[in-house]
Amino acid sequence: MSNLQMWTYVIVGLSFALYFGIAIWARAGSTGEFYVAGGGIHPIANGMATGADWMSAASFIGMAGLIAFNGYGASVFLMGWTGGYVLLAMLLAPYLRKFGKFTVPEFIGDRFYSNTARIVGVVCLILASITYVIGQMKGIGVTFGRFLETSYETGLIVGMAIVFFYAVLGGMKGITYTQIAQYVVLILAYTVPAVFISLNLTGQAFPQIGLGSEMTEASGFGGIYLLDRLDQVVTELGFNEYTTQVMGSKVNMFMYTLSLMIGTAGLPHVIIRFFTVPKVSDARYSAGWALVFIALLYTTAPAVGAMARLNLMSTIQTGEVGSPDGNLVYEDRPQWFKTWEETKLLQFEDKNGDGKIQYYNDKNEEMNAKAEGFGWKGNEMVKVDRDIMVLANPEIANLPNWVIALVAAGGLAAALSTAAGLLLAIASSVSHDLLKGIFTPNISEKAELNASRVAMAGAIALAGYLGFNPPDFAAGTVAIAFGLAASSIFPVLMMGIFSKRMNSAGAIAGMLAGIAVTMLYVFQHKGIFFVPGTSFLGGMEPNWFLGISPNAFGSVGAIVNFAVAFAVARVTAPPPEHIQALVEDIRVPRGAGQATGH
Amino acid sequence: MLSDNAAQYWKANLRLLAICLVIWFIVSYGCGILLVEPLNAIKLGGYKLGFWFAQQGSIYVFILLIFFYAMSMGALDRKYGFDEE
Repeated sequence: MSNLQMWTYVIVGLSFALYFGIAIWARAGSTGEFYVAGGGIHPIANGMATGADWMSAASFIGMAGLIAFNGYGASVFLMGWTGGYVLLAMLLAPYLRKFGKFTVPEFIGDRFYSNTARIVGVVCLILASITYVIGQMKGIGVTFGRFLETSYETGLIVGMAIVFFYAVLGGMKGITYTQIAQYVVLILAYTVPAVFISLNLTGQAFPQIGLGSEMTEASGFGGIYLLDRLDQVVTELGFNEYTTQVMGSKVNMFMYTLSLMIGTAGLPHVIIRFFTVPKVSDARYSAGWALVFIALLYTTAPAVGAMARLNLMSTIQTGEVGSPDGNLVYEDRPQWFKTWEETKLLQFEDKNGDGKIQYYNDKNEEMNAKAEGFGWKGNEMVKVDRDIMVLANPEIANLPNWVIALVAAGGLAAALSTAAGLLLAIASSVSHDLLKGIFTPNISEKAELNASRVAMAGAIALAGYLGFNPPDFAAGTVAIAFGLAASSIFPVLMMGIFSKRMNSAGAIAGMLAGIAVTMLYVFQHKGIFFVPGTSFLGGMEPNWFLGISPNAFGSVGAIVNFAVAFAVARVTAPPPEHIQALVEDIRVPRGAGQATGH
Repeated sequence: MLSDNAAQYWKANLRLLAICLVIWFIVSYGCGILLVEPLNAIKLGGYKLGFWFAQQGSIYVFILLIFFYAMSMGALDRKYGFDEE
């Protein structure tokens, strides 16, 4: 066993032992503990758990890669996935905490005095959460496969067993305390390599400052700002300028950011975390703390992305562009290059047969003309998967093996914590909203607790099954998850709190209209239920409405939802007196008891 | 029905909300997207200012905003007597 493998087993093993220990200590004895951890979580602790809940395999592994290759354009993810917490803290969390129930559909059903509304809410919640959970299961399998050199399937089974153990046993209580431990693991795993790399390139310990600093003398570019150097390196090879490249268009970036913000605020597994704090004022502060813990990673990610891109480019383009020995000789490639080639996520093809690697943008005509003069015959890095950036980063920077092992544990922590939160949201909506709320209202608390455990186990099995047989459309479904949350759940919750006049007809019509518009747009560009060949308008940009990409369309769906809801509510009867009194009651903090299911 | 006190409390809350959301909009959509080119002419160390707002600054302001809102709401809760015992 190699030294790296040993370190990985030790660090991943220790972190798993910790999660097990916590699970046994924090068993849930009542439905209140299972759904909302008894409502006794300190706001800072809840903020930390929310951070782990929110930051998924996509944030941990994927985001820095997106930033590395999209530069300024990737700002939509940074602003979108953080700005949503402002909306959550001010528009939803305190009022839903005051309402004091267990689930999001329960609020929708009570506020709009309609089981139909509640069922529509459950369907949206389950669709959004399931699509999201597939990505986490995949992340677990891939991370295991890469670092412990087990098969993808073995990794997936181990991951399922662990989630099963602490989520089924502990419910929200077990999940919360485990998530706090997982946050610590994942943030260490993310920031430690970032600090090393920032010190390497700029001499600054804080990556947030390093990104805006001059490079060290040792790098050979002393006195030049890192971002200026990066702009220069990428433009010389025909790529877009890093700090100004946009994603689609400015309109698209605007709508994309808006979709992610309201989608974030509308994701049920995040909202239910705020049911666990003791008071309304705690819910406000807790959202702030959550964002502090999230920002630690999100403000580091731009530095990780930019520095990884710079390291990658300068590893391959070792000298001046076009000079005879300006390019890396393939036989001399570093070890990490070989490791990732084995996974096929990095692929080289010697198109001009000179034994050297040319990595440039061959879609750029001007660059192609120049490249021909150098005797280059096309970009030879035929595949650079952007997801390898975070995982390969410590190796590229020659960091010690324990740091690499820590990154593996961090990726697993991110995937496990998000999966557990999503599974709880699914299980509680099945056992509490469907069983207790609609089909068998007389069920005893003990039976409901057992039902929620069975629902949780069922959800894990389903997620595992989808992890073994990932549907072809897995990547596209993220658009659906955010689109659904943005176009249905967020608007209906907001109107429920801020408009006393909003009635059940308006809410249901709004939700259905919002979902329909968003789904139709996504399907017409990406295929009906993502079946290839059924996209009647094609994925082509010229067909995008105002240049808005399907992933960014949730914001338009939300606007449609609001408009339809208000129009329908105007022409139908206002909600009954007791509902208007309920709205007045949730608007003031006093009298928030413990969250209950009754 | 709704007491005057509660109505005024809600009005004060909405005013505070409006101020916070305007700032929220300006730092992200304004400085980070709509006005990014003119702001990029200004440098903050090695950062172009518009780029900095989009990838760093807006996030810091979001955090400050939430805590400012939470504190101000706490003060409103006490002023109107709706704070939790």
